[in-house]
Amino acid sequence: MATRRVWAVLQQRDGELHRQSRETIAAAQELAALVDASVDAVVLGAAVAPLAEKLAAETAVERVLVADHARLGTYTPGAYVAALAPAIREQAPAYVLFPHTYQSVEYFPRLAQQVDGAIVPAVASFRLADGAVLWTRPVLGGKLQADVRVKATSAGPVLASIQPGAVSADRLKKGSGVVEPLGVAALDTLAPDREILGVESAAKEEVDLSKAEIIVAAGRGVGGADKMGVIEELAKALGAEIAASRPVIDNGWLPRDRQIGSSGQTVAPKLYIAAGISGAIQHLVGMKGSSTIVAINKDPNAPIFAVARYGIVGDLHEVLPALTAAVKEAKG
Amino acid sequence: MRIAVCIKQVPDTEARLRVRADGSWIEEDDLPFVINESDEYALEEGIALAEKTGGEVVVFTIGPARAAEALRKALALGAARAVHLADAAFLRGDAISTGRALAAAVAREECKLVFTGSQSDDVGYGATGSVLAGVLGWPHAWLVMGFSLEEGGASCRVVREMESGKNELLRITLPAVIEVQAGINHPRYASLKGIMAAKKKPLAEVSPSELGLDPNALGAAGALVELVGVKSPSSGGGAQILPGDPAAAAKALVEKLRNEARVL
Ligand SMILES: Cc1cc2nc3c(=O)[nH]c(=O)nc-3n(C[C@H](O)[C@H](O)[C@H](O)COP(=O)(O)OP(=O)(O)OC[C@H]3O[C@@H](n4cnc5c(N)ncnc54)[C@H](O)[C@@H]3O)c2cc1C
Ligand SMILES: Nc1ncnc2c1ncn2[C@@H]1O[C@H](COP(=O)(O)O)[C@@H](O)[C@H]1O
Repeated sequence: MATRRVWAVLQQRDGELHRQSRETIAAAQELAALVDASVDAVVLGAAVAPLAEKLAAETAVERVLVADHARLGTYTPGAYVAALAPAIREQAPAYVLFPHTYQSVEYFPRLAQQVDGAIVPAVASFRLADGAVLWTRPVLGGKLQADVRVKATSAGPVLASIQPGAVSADRLKKGSGVVEPLGVAALDTLAPDREILGVESAAKEEVDLSKAEIIVAAGRGVGGADKMGVIEELAKALGAEIAASRPVIDNGWLPRDRQIGSSGQTVAPKLYIAAGISGAIQHLVGMKGSSTIVAINKDPNAPIFAVARYGIVGDLHEVLPALTAAVKEAKG
Repeated sequence: MRIAVCIKQVPDTEARLRVRADGSWIEEDDLPFVINESDEYALEEGIALAEKTGGEVVVFTIGPARAAEALRKALALGAARAVHLADAAFLRGDAISTGRALAAAVAREECKLVFTGSQSDDVGYGATGSVLAGVLGWPHAWLVMGFSLEEGGASCRVVREMESGKNELLRITLPAVIEVQAGINHPRYASLKGIMAAKKKPLAEVSPSELGLDPNALGAAGALVELVGVKSPSSGGGAQILPGDPAAAAKALVEKLRNEARVL
C-alpha cells in the first residue's frame, strides 16, 4: 500500500466544480504516478455530499474527502484554512494541489504557513529529477521559466497551485473511490475573517467582445493614451473590435470593459491581433482559443509569439500603419 | 494610524533579460530596477489614506543595497519613514521566509494596516502578503481593487477582484493585510519638492537580531523552496515570422490572412 498521498483540493460553487478542478485531479494523478502515491480529492462546501458521491463514483481516486459545513458554503479564506489545516496536520499528505485560481491563491499560502508547508504557485509542469520533483513555473512575466524544488530538509507538505491548462482534464483517469468526511467541528465557533457584502461587475459598462469576429488588442507597448490611434485605424479598416491587456486599462487608456484575460473577458475570435502585448499567462488565458493569432512586438523573444500563428517583429507604430494600408489596399 | 506598505524592487519589465551562463538566474549587473508594479499602487493607496486620515506610511523592503533607491522613491512620493531589511540573511527568500521577516518588521513598527502588492513581477508567487498576514494572525484579502476605511478605522470595505470581470465586496476588521492589485488607483509622480524632502526622511536598516529572528529562518536559508535554474520557455511551434520592412511584412501578413488562414 502506498503511504504517500497527493491531495487535489477542488474548487466548487453551488455543487458545480470550477473548470480547473478536473485538471487539478488529473495533475494529482500524474504526480502520484511519479512519486508512487495515492490520490485523494478534497471537496469543501455546504451540502456537497451529492458532488462528493458523484466524484467518488467516476474518478480514479482512493478517497473523496469532504469538509461539509455551513461556514464553507460561501468561500472565505478563514474558514477554508480552518477546515484544511487540521486535516493536513493529521493526515500528512506529501503534496496538496490546488487549481491556480483567484480563490485558491488567496488562501493556500496562508494554509501553507500554518502547516509548515512549502509554497509553489502557478505550476506549468512538473517532472522528476534525481528523485526530487522539479516544478516549472513562469517568472518575469512569462519571459522565462524557472525550475524550483522543495528542499530535502523541508519536512512539511508541498502546497502547489496548478495553472489552467497545465494538465488537460482529458487526461483525468476514471475509476472510483470512497467518500470520507473530514472533521469540521472547529468551524462551529470560528470567528469570521470577513463579511461578504455582495458581488458586482468590475466594468462600468459591458461590451461583449465574445461575439467579435476580429479583435485588435493593444498592450502596454503602445505607449500611451495619445498613441492609440494606430490601433483604432487598423480596427476600423478591419471592422474589428478594440481590446487590451490589463496595463492599458489600469493606465486609463481604455475602459475596463475592453480588458482581455483572467480578470477580464475570454474571447475566441477568428482573428486576434495582439500589438505590444508580451503574452503573460493572465492575458493568454483570455485569448488563446482564437483561431488565428497575430503578434506584433519589437521583442522577438516575447512569449506571445509562442501562441501566435503569424508574427511581425518590429515597432508597432511603424507596423500597424503599414498593416492598415495593406488591409485597405486588399479590400480595394 | 500607522500604515505599512511593503514594496519590492524588481527588474524593469521592459529590460532585455539575459540568463546567467550557469542558468541559475538572470544577469543583474546593468539591469534597471524599479518598484514592482502592484506595489506602486499599494504605495499610492497607503499614502492617499495617510493624507486623508492624518496617519503616516512606513515603507518596508527586503533587498540588497540597490533597493534603498526604491525606498527613497517611496519617501519622495510621501511615505514618512523607510525600513530596509538589507542584511544578507534576509535575501533570496521564498514567500514563507520573506513573509516571516516582513511580518516581524511590521509588528515592530506597530502598524495597524498593511498594504502589499498582489504579485511580484520577478518571482511572481502572489503569496508573500498572505503569509505575512498568517504570521501576524490578521485577516487578509488578495487582489484588492477598491479600499475605504469604515467605522472610524475599525474596519474597511474592500473590493476584491474575482475571475471573469466580477468583483466581490467585503468588510474586514482591522488590523488587516490588504494585497493591492494593479489598477486600483492612479499612482502619483514624485514632485521635485518630494524628492528634496525625501533626502531628510529617516531610512533605517534593521538586522535579524533587532527583529528577534533567527537568521536560519530567513532568506535563502529559511526558504523551503529553492530555485534550480531559469530558461527561455520552449516555444511550442511558434509563430511564422514575416520578414522584411514594415510595408513588406504587412503585405505578406495580409496575403497569409486571406489565402492561408482565410480569416479576411
Ligand atoms: C492576478 C492577476 C490578474 C491579471 N489579469 C490580467 C488580465 O485579465 N489581462 C491581462 O492582460 N493581464 C492581466 N494581468 C497582468 C499580466 O500579468 C501582465 O502584467 C500583463 O498582461 C502585461 O501586459 P502587456 O503585455 O501589455 O505589457 P508588458 O508585459 O509590459 O509587455 C509590453 C510588450 O510590448 C512590447 N513593446 C514595447 N514597445 C513596443 C513597440 N513600440 N512596438 C512593438 N512592441 C513593443 C514589449 O516588447 C513587450 O513585450 C494580471 C496579473 C495578475 C497578477
Ligand atoms: N523582498 C520584498 N520586500 C518587500 N515586499 C515584498 C518582497 N517580496 C514580496 N513583497 C511583497 O509581497 C507582494 C507579493 O509578492 P510575491 O509573493 O513575491 O508575488 C509584493 O507585491 C510585495 O508587496
